[in-house]
Amino acid sequence: MISYKGHRAIKDERDEQRLFENRAWIGFVVIALCILALLGRYVWLQVFAYDSFSTRSENNRVAVTPVVPNRGIIYDRRGRVIAENRPAYRLEIVPEKVPGKQQGLEALLDELSTLIVLDEDDRAAFHQSRRDYRVFDSVPLKFNLSEQEVARFAVNRHRFHGVDVVPYLSRHYPYGELLTHVLGYTGRLDADDISSVDEGNYRGTRTIGKIGIEKFQEKELHGTSGYERVETNVRGRVLKVLERQDAVPGTDLVLSIDVAVQQVAWDALGDRPGSVVAIDPVDGSVIALVSKPAYDPNAFVGGISQQAYSEILSAPGRPLFNRALNGGYEPGSTLKPFVGLAGLELGVVTPETRVFSNGKFYIEGYDRPYRDWKDMGHGWVNIRSALEQSVNTYFYQLSMDLGIDRMHDYLAQFGFGSATGIDVPGEGKGLLPSREWKRAALNEPWYPGETVIAGIGQGFNVVTPLQLANAVAALVNGGNLFSPRLLYASKQAGVERAKRIRAPSELQIPIRDPQNWQTILDGMDLVVNGLRGTARKVAVDAHFRTGGKTGTAQVYQLAAGKKGNQEEVAEHLRDHALFIAFAPVEAPRIAIAVVVEHGGGGSTAAAPVARATLDAWLDQELERELQP
Amino acid sequence: MKRWLPAWVGAPRLDPVLLILLLLIAGFGLTALYSASGQDMAMVTRQAMRLGFGLVLMLIISQVPPRVLRAWTPWLYGLGVAMLLATLVLGVGRSTQRWLDFGVLRFQPSELMKLAVPMMVAWYLHSRVLPPSVKSTAVTFAILLIPTLLIYRQPDLGTALLVAASGVFTLYLAGLHWRVLFGFAGLATAAAPVLWLVMKEYQRNRVRTFLNPEADPLGHGWNIIQSKIAVGSGGVTGKGWMNGTQSNLEFIPERHTDFILAVISEEFGLIGVSLLMLAYLMVIARGLYIASIARDTGSRLLAGALSLTLFVYVLVNGGMVSGVLPVVGVPLPLISYGGTSAVTLLAGFGMMMSIYGHRKFLR
Repeated sequence: MISYKGHRAIKDERDEQRLFENRAWIGFVVIALCILALLGRYVWLQVFAYDSFSTRSENNRVAVTPVVPNRGIIYDRRGRVIAENRPAYRLEIVPEKVPGKQQGLEALLDELSTLIVLDEDDRAAFHQSRRDYRVFDSVPLKFNLSEQEVARFAVNRHRFHGVDVVPYLSRHYPYGELLTHVLGYTGRLDADDISSVDEGNYRGTRTIGKIGIEKFQEKELHGTSGYERVETNVRGRVLKVLERQDAVPGTDLVLSIDVAVQQVAWDALGDRPGSVVAIDPVDGSVIALVSKPAYDPNAFVGGISQQAYSEILSAPGRPLFNRALNGGYEPGSTLKPFVGLAGLELGVVTPETRVFSNGKFYIEGYDRPYRDWKDMGHGWVNIRSALEQSVNTYFYQLSMDLGIDRMHDYLAQFGFGSATGIDVPGEGKGLLPSREWKRAALNEPWYPGETVIAGIGQGFNVVTPLQLANAVAALVNGGNLFSPRLLYASKQAGVERAKRIRAPSELQIPIRDPQNWQTILDGMDLVVNGLRGTARKVAVDAHFRTGGKTGTAQVYQLAAGKKGNQEEVAEHLRDHALFIAFAPVEAPRIAIAVVVEHGGGGSTAAAPVARATLDAWLDQELERELQP
Repeated sequence: MKRWLPAWVGAPRLDPVLLILLLLIAGFGLTALYSASGQDMAMVTRQAMRLGFGLVLMLIISQVPPRVLRAWTPWLYGLGVAMLLATLVLGVGRSTQRWLDFGVLRFQPSELMKLAVPMMVAWYLHSRVLPPSVKSTAVTFAILLIPTLLIYRQPDLGTALLVAASGVFTLYLAGLHWRVLFGFAGLATAAAPVLWLVMKEYQRNRVRTFLNPEADPLGHGWNIIQSKIAVGSGGVTGKGWMNGTQSNLEFIPERHTDFILAVISEEFGLIGVSLLMLAYLMVIARGLYIASIARDTGSRLLAGALSLTLFVYVLVNGGMVSGVLPVVGVPLPLISYGGTSAVTLLAGFGMMMSIYGHRKFLR
């Protein structure tokens, strides 16, 4: 048996007692020292590192959440709600809280799709948005959940960590496609949007104005974000609100659009693509701005699926295209009043100057005929009768006498060839040709023949319906060219009364002799009310007197010498029908431009649309004036 | 008068000093639990009933003379090892096999070993010459290693550690030579890499997390970080009872069980922690005093070993909560929510009271 030092052979109680006490004392001292060392650790944590841990504890506890302002409501001129906010629910995910990284997230989305309708587009949009949000931000997956979806999710909520149903206010457009090309819509906030706004103010905002008024007035409509300092538990559930800074709701806007008039114009266009723009010449406010066909903006609010989007893209008539703002049309004869005014004001002709129309016009030295629409011609005409019967020869001669340079410069004053500056994005500029333009754009000299057809609004001329309506407004209000306004009034949150917004009067067109202007208006009056007027139907049973001018934009050049019968030409090759008008002639309250694509003649297709629109506006205006 | 009860049943033999200290700690524990459970009175009541059951058990055991306890010891140890083997075969529990289900009662045999191992070692060494010979030492190691390894297999690192410690402490108090002690300490250090190899993955993760909690602040490091934040933000005076935000907002994991000290540190501050540590130290000191006045070798070793084991609880739990030791499942004695641990501890204190009650009166 191996023995080592200190080992005894016999039990000795006293020795053992002493040995034990010895060991117990050493043990106790070591224990006391260990516990002191442990307490040292607590001293370090609780005294020396207190500030740092205290801050981290506070950060744990308190979360600052943004309070999203309610988006401003939009009304029409008569106080009808045209864009509102409706309570809705959306599903949001904090991807970082989902267990299992990317695969976990995919599995979670699979699982969620058994409870809510979730297609590939929703997933793609979600992954897209993820990149635009900060780490630990809640990323929207699906907007506008149905009640059933909300209920199904609520029951299964415990299965989904990091997923939540969030109540919010969803944008809704009660008039749907009728006002799409005016209002635009709001959609999912993306990276491009974030870079264009104050990010701090959009912390909680999930949607933003994408086009139309919603985009143009985004700043006004959005309002100012508030915040809430809340105490949350480890799962992020809010337990207590510590401090709250309320959001300032967006400004409510009143548009100058009159939905009733808009509706009449929309209906009057029927199934044909086209556009109607009506402006109050007194203040430049836009009464109706129709572009047909359109699409339902509500489909875009919660994010549109790829399939639905391609359906809209491929729909006949290109519903996404805003014809009123951006449709480029040859003005045709609707340009004649302006060319005529140029001739009078620049002293090239007088109201009494006469021209003989024999059906064909030749430029000296050339043998190509420029035709009147009447084969035999109209005989002797002055400016009034030339407008009344739309006599091309008069304007061929006049434009030759004016020359392209003077014609361009004068017409430019009416806003042709440049944007009107309306308060909605996406406006086209049209084209007012000039010698310089042709040299720059086509690198070709200007030919005299081009001057001739420019005088009847053909050739290179391109106008938008908005430009045309605005030019008519300036023509009838004494040369005051407005930047047309859609915003009529605005009411900030907390303010009792809405504030009227007025269009800036940008340009007063110089007037040499008011009689010249009156002469043109008289000519346009004859178009509707004269014995040989081209739009006499407009006057039938009207409660007011209208002035106007028909026009035809050529889509397909008929072979020279042949008079085309529009009824025999294929629909898509038929001419566009145009009509401009103003009423009442004595004191105009509305200026209008109508384009009916492939409608044929201006008097048959476009003029009735204008008449219906004028009726809708003026009848209620007259009624209002009769009321005390 | 004819007695129908065993002769050793008589007037309560209780150490009033130890009893008061234990009641103070348990009472403080219930107070802390009320806050840690989110003012769940049902939970507090349940824990109070368990403590009550433990105290009754303590009173009963305190009546049993040390020699009777010693007579039961081999049977108890044998039963414990048998049940551990049974747990391995047919245990219930989440991922680990720790529980034996007796239908009405679910029992954790490893808890029993916390008492049975020091009892068995003390029983064995009681009649041996001390300091222990090489043979005695070897047998002692066998006694403590069998259950330790079985428990480690379950796997329950914390309990294995406590069981092994209780056996080693008995040997230490029996006077095992320093050279041997340090030799084993050195061997254990050298064996650490081997231990790493045989560790389960979750155990390795705990060690990794312990070494660098900030590397994975949302995964495994979360517990340690949140616990440290709770402790540190408590400061010197604490946030006040039921005002701990880390605790009430549920940032502290296992806040009513293993991490209840974090709640105490947050709400009662350094002062509260120091007072609690002082109370534990006083219990240990009282235990060692009882051991020193014990009537025989076995009682002396048992009382001493139980006292020193209490220290392991406190040190490991306190170290874990403050982030200086890895997370192993060791509860804070008499305070952490949970039945078995409290009952085992109180049964152990019952034996110490019995030893106190049957102390020698002459020195």
